[in-house]
Amino acid sequence: MNRSERWERETYGPFVGKSPERRTRYETLSGIPVKPLYTPDDVAAKSYDDAIGYPGEYPYTRGVYPSMYRGRLWTMRMFAGFGRPEDTNARFKYLLAQGQTGLSTAFDMPALMGYDADHPRARGEVGKEGVSISTLDDFERLFDGIPLGDVTTSMTINCTASVALAMYLAIAEKQGVAWHRLGGTMQNDMLKEFIAQKEWICPPDPAMRIVVDMIEFTAKHVPKFNPVSISGYHIREAGSTGVQELAFTLADGLAYVDAAVARGLDVDSFAPRLSFFFDIHNDFFEEIAKLRAARRMWARFMKERFGAQRAESMLLRTHTQTAGVSATAQQPLNNVARIALQAMAAVLGGAQSLHTNSYDETWALPTEDAVTVALRTQQIIAEETGAPLTIDPLGGSYYLEKLTDEVEARAMEYIQRIDAMGGMIRAIDDGYPQKEIADAAYRYQLLDDRGEKVTVGVNKYVMPDEKGIHYLRIDDSVELDQIAGVARFKASRDTAKVERRLKQLADDCRNGRNLMPILIDAVKDYVSLGEISDVYRQVFGLYREPIIF
Amino acid sequence: MAERRVRVVVAKPGLDGHDRGAKIVARALRDAGFEVIYTGLHQTPEQIVATAVQEDADAIGLSVLSGAHNYLFKRVIELLRDKGADDVAVFGGGIIPPEDIAALKAIGVKELFGPGTSTQDIIRFVREHIRAAV
Repeated sequence: MNRSERWERETYGPFVGKSPERRTRYETLSGIPVKPLYTPDDVAAKSYDDAIGYPGEYPYTRGVYPSMYRGRLWTMRMFAGFGRPEDTNARFKYLLAQGQTGLSTAFDMPALMGYDADHPRARGEVGKEGVSISTLDDFERLFDGIPLGDVTTSMTINCTASVALAMYLAIAEKQGVAWHRLGGTMQNDMLKEFIAQKEWICPPDPAMRIVVDMIEFTAKHVPKFNPVSISGYHIREAGSTGVQELAFTLADGLAYVDAAVARGLDVDSFAPRLSFFFDIHNDFFEEIAKLRAARRMWARFMKERFGAQRAESMLLRTHTQTAGVSATAQQPLNNVARIALQAMAAVLGGAQSLHTNSYDETWALPTEDAVTVALRTQQIIAEETGAPLTIDPLGGSYYLEKLTDEVEARAMEYIQRIDAMGGMIRAIDDGYPQKEIADAAYRYQLLDDRGEKVTVGVNKYVMPDEKGIHYLRIDDSVELDQIAGVARFKASRDTAKVERRLKQLADDCRNGRNLMPILIDAVKDYVSLGEISDVYRQVFGLYREPIIF
Repeated sequence: MAERRVRVVVAKPGLDGHDRGAKIVARALRDAGFEVIYTGLHQTPEQIVATAVQEDADAIGLSVLSGAHNYLFKRVIELLRDKGADDVAVFGGGIIPPEDIAALKAIGVKELFGPGTSTQDIIRFVREHIRAAV
């Protein structure tokens, strides 16, 4: 009998026998059972140096950098985008003036799906959920007056990421900023699009080819740019558990590395620029455990499966975002508290970058006031709480170390299952991650409906007569303006040049040449995002999703 | 003859890929005994109305989280009217601000469900307000 078994028998057992606990079973959001107490017995079996180690050293459980936030705080990167390019440009400048340290661009649905503002399928959506972009002219206005050599820019865009990268490189050139100085991140994670976020043009195989073109091109020409942000965020928001989020994200990462290696790239030439993006949900300790497990698992995969030599290739550097899906429309100010706690988990989990959601996002895109509170939340954690003073401050907690192991073991089971299916692309073809996520989302909803999972203000502590809040409205004039502007702009182009570029693009799509050079030439001649996407649609065909619910 | 089961088309109009809610509602309605056709993503209003007419649906549930609800709901209702299918009830949900809810109900949307809605409330709505065509 070990020490904790003695405690359970002699002290805990008799006590709860008389005074029962509030529930018969406690578990994390991923369904991992939680014991009343964790002690040295739970972590006795493992070697500290092998499994936990030191920050900046393999397997990086405690952090990817030797000094973590003592040296440099995480990047406070607020996702912003709405309306016309100049509307978002003004929000960017406001955020930078408030002390934000990186930019993050939200594009509207037409841009994300490969339609120009003047396409019939864009009706009703222009500038609504992000900024409207059709040609380089829009991109120039989006980044007007922002020194691209000094800020890093993240862009949440996927099936049309190749176009956005081409446009970003083109405007950097116009600003006189050399490509090797550009820092930033393209989300460009098509696998999680098929799994969760569901914005796509062509099927997985050609989609992967374009992603690998971008990995190859940036490794050679834009070495400080992250060409892919392997994203769990959307997987989680679509309803997965934290364990599934971790597993599917790493499995996606393995698929990208496989594809780039199959292209003939040396793993150490591109792996250092693969970055990640995780959701930070309500289960405080499980989320911290998830980030710690993620770092350890990725480092081992890179070293053991791919034979990476460079330490940088093994680092799981990650952006994080508080869980949009955890925010409530009821009593929306409560979201400020949720977001603060999630943000604290991201920091205690050792994130490199963080977006804090705004409390009003269950109503509409956030107002400037709401965004300011969200940014200030990060600044309060950074400047007032003491959380960044020491590295991985919860490391060594019996509970957290045990939970890190549990999360890792359960995620590894999923990854082995996906490996056995032939990797993530084949698993997606089978609808496996899609089905797992739909099931988990439904289970979560039923727990919520039955009140077995408490959501404060929604199924407990409900207030009958709530006051409404002030929220942002995007005027319909934005859409009309953009449509007219794009149509006018297209009419002013040299159409012969545009046609030539489109033909060459179609040729390069077919002949397998890396697409980035022609894309850069094309956008400079003001070939539009929608026109380029039309070529993708024609050459590669459209993806049709399996209907799973 | 037994009464035909209520048939609901659950649809995702527009370019929005957020299908968590639509799928949960589709499944909850199916589990509650309704006949459910889920269209999948990225449907045009024309495609949705064509599905509803072809499937002889009693109701269409639209899920929109992209801010494009004013255009998309209105277009579906117009097209139903054009096809002489305005007996098909339209309801929906998503991120829809209160003043838009009022305006959408004024043009004929039967009910709109916001974040935090229990699937039981949606099931109850369909049970009480949607009748199977005879």
